[in-house]
Amino acid sequence: MKLNERAINTVVLLGLLALPLYALVVDEPFTITLVTRAVILALAAVGLNIVLGIGGLVSFGHALFFGIGGYAMGILAYHAQTYTTLNLGFFSTGGTKLMPVIWLVAMTVSAIVAYVIGKLTLRTSGVYFIMITLAFAQMFYYFTISWAQYGGEDGLSIYIRNDFPGLNTLVPIQFFAICFVILCSVLFLYARLQASPFGLALNATRQSATRVEAVGLDPMKLKLLAFVISGAVTGLAGALFADLNRFVSPTMFSWQLSGELIVLIIIGGVGRLMGPVIGACVFVALEHFLGGLTSFWHIYLGVILLCIVLFARGGILGLLTGKEGAHV
Amino acid sequence: MNLLTLQGLTASYGSSQALFGVDLSMAEGEVTALMGRNGMGKSTTVKAICRMINAQGELRLLGQDLHSLPSHKVSRLGVGLVPEGRRCFPDLTVRENLIAAARPGDWTLKTVADLFPRLGERAGQRAASLSGGEQQMLAIGRALMTNPRLLILDEATEGLAPLIRQEIWSAVRKLKQETGMAILLIDKSLRELSLVSDQAVILERGKTVWADRMTALTPDISAKFVGV
Repeated sequence: MKLNERAINTVVLLGLLALPLYALVVDEPFTITLVTRAVILALAAVGLNIVLGIGGLVSFGHALFFGIGGYAMGILAYHAQTYTTLNLGFFSTGGTKLMPVIWLVAMTVSAIVAYVIGKLTLRTSGVYFIMITLAFAQMFYYFTISWAQYGGEDGLSIYIRNDFPGLNTLVPIQFFAICFVILCSVLFLYARLQASPFGLALNATRQSATRVEAVGLDPMKLKLLAFVISGAVTGLAGALFADLNRFVSPTMFSWQLSGELIVLIIIGGVGRLMGPVIGACVFVALEHFLGGLTSFWHIYLGVILLCIVLFARGGILGLLTGKEGAHV
Repeated sequence: MNLLTLQGLTASYGSSQALFGVDLSMAEGEVTALMGRNGMGKSTTVKAICRMINAQGELRLLGQDLHSLPSHKVSRLGVGLVPEGRRCFPDLTVRENLIAAARPGDWTLKTVADLFPRLGERAGQRAASLSGGEQQMLAIGRALMTNPRLLILDEATEGLAPLIRQEIWSAVRKLKQETGMAILLIDKSLRELSLVSDQAVILERGKTVWADRMTALTPDISAKFVGV
């Protein structure tokens, strides 16, 4: 039986909303935190899906933006909680614990870094693009390991969760609500972007850059803009992830995380609106349930990934809808 | 001022020279047939005009030198290309193919659908699932959506069924009569070219060997240089 993709998307979103509410009723705050983790990973993967799913750019260094978002949060909150000044030379601040400001900083810094890296990497393609993006992420990874001021290899603990006006972010359901609203907003923007002339041109670039040029569009600019938007969204996810754990460390830049983000998208369905969300839910569920049974749970994840790549090229969504391609 | 001017244009693929001196000039609203046997440099000339390959010699659109421009900027100046081989974006629908290329101007989804009603009927269908003729219509529609001053059709009817060819030629005549758009045509059908073209330029071994009004093209000349 082939299911309607829109119906599946609605059910997944409602399920993602219902589970924490149920956990709230039965007083299981850990479940709420678990779902929040899935929501944040989904958000990061939605960011990657813009370049990977629509633009066909396999960025193997997207953890870079996740880490930048995390460290943006960590550094600002660290200075706010220690009452020290963050001096950037041209600008100094006492840090902040206000989430919207932290998100803005995380997205802006991620976007700027994405712009610079995009300028350098998007001239390449295929395996070279994969390797260069990986190299950039590793550069940041090793830099943060030696960045003693902010914890170095041990990372940086933040003792209090940052504030959001009108909400108590220490209450798991309220923090979940923030993350869920952000995810829904980004999914809405993703859907609009995918159907916009820009999204269609980006998709066309994936199919043939030469033909795109022949209709007067600059493939480089299209890819660069997508890379910047993608980096900003993943950076926002990184800031939320750091807030969830109240901890940032160099592992946020690790190549394993970059790989996991790609895996999430492949499991759910590349280029599909809810592909990253489904992938993140499956990933977090496996991590939780199988991780409790064995520390080698990644083997099972690998088997699932293998089956999907071999037998369900459209991911779980492709399997359920009977449509291999991302076109709904 | 001429719309398009090529003077002594030369071009090479690596060490192999393909164009040895192409001369061609087109006025606004003029339909020009670029003719010649296979391998004489017609498609290479088109690629040079669209800056898909590097060329030397004079290459101007409305007086502006095109040599320093990348391909997409040439298109933005008003060159709409329908490349050889019906190259659509297969994963996009008909409508999406057209929207992706759209620029402000008279050509819209509606006007393209008026020219090719089949495209209007198949607006939601993926380009990969269209027939060859429909894909060709889509390629033309996509080029029109860029609202070009000069439309280049490179072998637009090649390999198509006679009925579809007629539809495409009828659309070309309509474009000429109703829009006054300049069109550069490459095609093997001398009969159709002579019906629609104002002038003809014949290439042989990468060089212009004959250029005049289409009415001046005699059977002897076409037999000598085009082989028909």
